[in-house]
Amino acid sequence: MIRAGGAMTARSRGGRSPAFEVERIRQDFPVLGEKIRGKPLVYLDNAATSQKPHVVIDTIRQFLSTYNSNVHRGVHQLSERATEAYEQARTRVQGFINAAESREIIFVRGTTEAINLVAQSYGRTHIGTGDEIVISAMEHHSNIVPWQILCEQTGAVLRVVPINDDGEMLLDEYVTLLTPRTRLVAVAHVSNALGTINPVREVIRLARRQGVPVLVDGAQAVPHLKVDVRELDCDFYAFSGHKVFGPTGIGVLYGRARLLEAMPPYQGGGDMIKSVTFAKTVYNDLPFKFEAGTPHIGGVIGLGAALDYLDGVGLDRVTAYEDELLVHATEALSAIPGVRIIGTAKEKASVVSFVVDGVHAHDIGTVLDHEGIAIRAGHHCAMPVMQRFGVPATARASLAFYNTREEVDALVRGIHKVIEMFV
Amino acid sequence: MSDLRELYQQLILDHSKKPRNFRTLEGANRTAEGHNPLCGDEITLYLQVEDDVIRGIGFQGSGCAISRASASMMTDSVKGKTRAEAQRLFERFHDLVTGETDEGGDPVDLGKLAVFSGVKEFPVRVKCAILSWHTLRAALEGKGETVSTE
Repeated sequence: MIRAGGAMTARSRGGRSPAFEVERIRQDFPVLGEKIRGKPLVYLDNAATSQKPHVVIDTIRQFLSTYNSNVHRGVHQLSERATEAYEQARTRVQGFINAAESREIIFVRGTTEAINLVAQSYGRTHIGTGDEIVISAMEHHSNIVPWQILCEQTGAVLRVVPINDDGEMLLDEYVTLLTPRTRLVAVAHVSNALGTINPVREVIRLARRQGVPVLVDGAQAVPHLKVDVRELDCDFYAFSGHKVFGPTGIGVLYGRARLLEAMPPYQGGGDMIKSVTFAKTVYNDLPFKFEAGTPHIGGVIGLGAALDYLDGVGLDRVTAYEDELLVHATEALSAIPGVRIIGTAKEKASVVSFVVDGVHAHDIGTVLDHEGIAIRAGHHCAMPVMQRFGVPATARASLAFYNTREEVDALVRGIHKVIEMFV
Repeated sequence: MSDLRELYQQLILDHSKKPRNFRTLEGANRTAEGHNPLCGDEITLYLQVEDDVIRGIGFQGSGCAISRASASMMTDSVKGKTRAEAQRLFERFHDLVTGETDEGGDPVDLGKLAVFSGVKEFPVRVKCAILSWHTLRAALEGKGETVSTE
């Protein structure tokens, strides 16, 4: 495990600084030692899901093997321990994103469920016929379709902020789309398909100036950037555990307490009630009102361990190291004739989407897989982005802090093989 | 690299770079569209069917090397065939790329289509290889709806 501020030996990376002990960090991730078709795994699909450090795996194993129990209801000691660990993880998440109160942290299945919760609970009570919801043209399907469903249910209208050829949101257009009918803005912090870091603070400031709440889809931001929901001043912030080195099946919805309190439950069931009679049911307080049924206890505890781990590595150092990797990857890929990077925003996280002239992304993916290199090929659940750039699909290399320059170089060699074969 | 070459055989690469019958067909009386959401492959197929025989065939669309080559070679191989013959070819081709063997079935000579045998080693690519064939069946059955491999 990595300790914050641990001994940083002056392991020179070609004279680059700051020294980031990537080889030591890689030891924390067992899967990185795997071989694919006899070749070392080069895992560059982190935007799809991230790998898990030993500490996350061990924490979940420890829960399941020594204190597995249900939460919030048992009178026995195991349940007390499980409940304590579960609620500690909630406090952990609160601290990680600097929420004001732990009851503002709702555990959900993932970013998708978080957005659907807001659309159905907040949306159906606050948004009506002719009202407008503003999203951007670079959203993941999970930040498009829940709003389309809400629009079908309520007669509201979806407005889309266009993006430029670099994949940057056009703020001037955004301002004109904010009208007296706007009831909600929902925008990605970081684009999964393009890597663009959106100017969410400005987006939020402009919306809130006229009293419009903002939901931020943080699925691709939390693994790369320090997120402070109070500094952002957002109303809702959603992210997934599995993209931030935790387990799948667990995610977080942060919501401003004032808004969450006024919202009706999303699902009914156990744990979300205070009392039930056939005449009247009294809902539980936050956050339990939104956590019907037995939650993903191991997932929550595992997520807490993942955030601890990430804190130990240090997000500032992660961001700085990934920036270096991104610069290297961008330069190296751009230098290959026939390769075009899709998404060239000035502010980017370590995601490189690209196309190769005359070669479909799927064929790129198959050839790279043969070299042990895992990338994503396809539309990245962002079909409108593909349409915007006039490509059927892209290949996407998404980097995490455990990736190395050598792995980027392996990717470059792989792309040369692709070109050799198909062009 | 060896089984990669099994997948991307020279004939497949050739057809993907220079697809045959890659055009809209004047006088087509059957069309169908196919879509593979996983990788965004899209195909529109045009057929001219007379007296139960495929007299003319053309396709348009975009896709990966496997789907383009498969569409190109499919159009070559079903031209002049009856609907029933085309259906049998579809079934044999399906067995070939999925690795299923149908010992009891009619022996049908796949001819050049046999170069797709490497696909069975790449399960995620089966949909790419089979898309144009599903689209063909939809066109022959005249369903008029978009075929999806999902």
